[in-house]
Amino acid sequence: MHLKYESQLREPLVNGDKNYHQVTEDIVRPIEAKPSRLWYIGFFISVSLLMFGVYSVYRDVTYGIGQWNLNKTVGWGWDITNFVWWVGIGHAGTLISAVLLLFRQGWRTGVNRAAEAMTIFAVMCAGQFPIWHMGRVWMAFFVLPYPNTRGPLWVNFNSPLLWDVFAISTYFTVSLLFWYSGLLPDLATVRDRAFTKLRKRLYGIASFGWSGSTKHWQRHESLSLVLAGLSTPLVLSVHTIVSFDFATSVIPGWHTTIFPPYFVAGAIFSGFAMVQSLLVITRKVFEMEDYITMGHIEAMNKVIVLTGSIVGIAYLTELFMGWYSQNKFEGYTFWYSRANLFSPYGWSYWGMMTCNVLSPQIFWFRKMRRNLFVTFFMSIIVNIGMWFERFVIIVTSLYRDYLPSSWSVYYRPSIWEVGFYMGTFGLFFTCFFLFAKYFPVIAIAEIKYVLKTSGENYKEKVGHIEVQPMEAFVHDHAH
Amino acid sequence: MAKKKFVVGCFDDEAVLFPAVKKVRTAGYKIHDVYTPFAVHGLDHALGERETSLHTAGFIYGITGTATALSCISWIFTKDWPLNIGGKPHFALPAWIPIIFELTVLFAAVGMVLTFCYLCQMAPFVKKHHFHARATDDLFVMVIECTDKTNVEDLKSFLSNNGAIETDVQVAEAGWWLGRYDKDELPFENKQIVAA
Repeated sequence: MHLKYESQLREPLVNGDKNYHQVTEDIVRPIEAKPSRLWYIGFFISVSLLMFGVYSVYRDVTYGIGQWNLNKTVGWGWDITNFVWWVGIGHAGTLISAVLLLFRQGWRTGVNRAAEAMTIFAVMCAGQFPIWHMGRVWMAFFVLPYPNTRGPLWVNFNSPLLWDVFAISTYFTVSLLFWYSGLLPDLATVRDRAFTKLRKRLYGIASFGWSGSTKHWQRHESLSLVLAGLSTPLVLSVHTIVSFDFATSVIPGWHTTIFPPYFVAGAIFSGFAMVQSLLVITRKVFEMEDYITMGHIEAMNKVIVLTGSIVGIAYLTELFMGWYSQNKFEGYTFWYSRANLFSPYGWSYWGMMTCNVLSPQIFWFRKMRRNLFVTFFMSIIVNIGMWFERFVIIVTSLYRDYLPSSWSVYYRPSIWEVGFYMGTFGLFFTCFFLFAKYFPVIAIAEIKYVLKTSGENYKEKVGHIEVQPMEAFVHDHAH
Repeated sequence: MAKKKFVVGCFDDEAVLFPAVKKVRTAGYKIHDVYTPFAVHGLDHALGERETSLHTAGFIYGITGTATALSCISWIFTKDWPLNIGGKPHFALPAWIPIIFELTVLFAAVGMVLTFCYLCQMAPFVKKHHFHARATDDLFVMVIECTDKTNVEDLKSFLSNNGAIETDVQVAEAGWWLGRYDKDELPFENKQIVAA
């Protein structure tokens, strides 16, 4: 029964001759097989990076964050750059699963599970930076509004930094719930195929006793739809609030009204790039080319060129306003500290421009959008560019403040500040490797749902229509 | 919970399942449930299930979050400790909108997921009787509750005639209990594992 009609002109979402059982087999295979040597190597490298990060953080707590090279004017350096970068990356998952669900984009089914997992891990990494940046991390709970014995002295609800606490923690919780409630039916699939007692027991606990009852599916659909509806404004609000950390201050370069949409577009841009980096590898290693097709890759590349161009317009708008406002300090920040290649940090601005605005324009060409090597290379370039963007915003606005006597010190990070960043890469990839090994990386139930409308062997071929004689066509369709 | 007797019919295509559901219901049998590997749209209506009210619950949780945030923050900043922030108003509603919004979303999401788990009786360590292991793979499993008057053999052949590829009689407890899945049989125990 065709529950939903899809045009024959659309590219199939699932390639190859599949039935429901074959879908299960293909997606569950990596979970049931022994991990390959490549997996072990990747996992070992990730854990090593994580350990280096743990040691860097241990030194932060022991010696204080003075061991980073922050100085008199650059009070936010690599740490907050990395925070904003990771939060941005953490936006693609919820965007794919929520916004594309509401827009009824069928292609999200192939990539949403891995993208949501990536979101959760990226937000975990992002959260590390403000927490350890506190220095006296044992007092981190002071950011929570609870009745205390100090007055009670409450937190400042008017401060964007506190909004951030609420935004990031809500975002993490809701993303986790959305991801895990979607996982339940697929974990039950793995449970019911288990071939050892331990697997049966662990996946039995993890799947919450899911049975596939019609009523449960009905509630599950309602839950997914409402969570998607809630996550859509949430995902926009989170990066808006992150941009408020800067935009509500009076620092030239930060005090900008276009920050919220500009940050959200940048977040989607970097998030999709990270999804591309991971999925190009995952689909190859796990042989999932039939489910994450070139159509999926192309659709995400289209989003990348769109959002990349939006941030490009934002950069140009900022430059224009830096001149048009005739404000000396704005003009100095935008035209001297940033746009002038020969100023101390000019290299970072032009690195950002090249990676974020110029290079993604290659995706206007269909051949390039459907080229895996170009896609992977560009996804890395975009993420480097987006890191530069946050570095530009933070450091070039700060390093020359209103007091020229503080200008002399050139900010460059210490090894421990870099090590902390490397450590979050370790955390991210350790989590991702474990996820890829123990969880279905593609939403099995959702693929089965679209299989009979969008599967290659279920769709009528376009060629069939083209060879139909014109007279027969007129006979059938003319009134 | 008492054990009951069920007749189980397995279908391998949702296009066969829908007419079968209709015929079984018209014939007067009571369908206990249909277990499917994915959300088959329209099946809930075919079975005569009413719409879920989960989204209404979500709305109520959401406004609870809004009310909690607004009342807490306004009490704290106007009554309990009116902090002077640059002489700005104590009741600074625009500045509270981000937190009010976040708490609305948080309450709605957490509340709905907990309600979903409660309604479906789902939690870690909860165990249920599964009528067919392939119900989460590729089979649509229709389970019909037997009464004293049910002729089991008739019903089985009725299901087969309507497209069931496999029929079965099971005596089972339909509810949930705390239990472990590894006590079950492992239908795939001697599976060959192919390295990826």
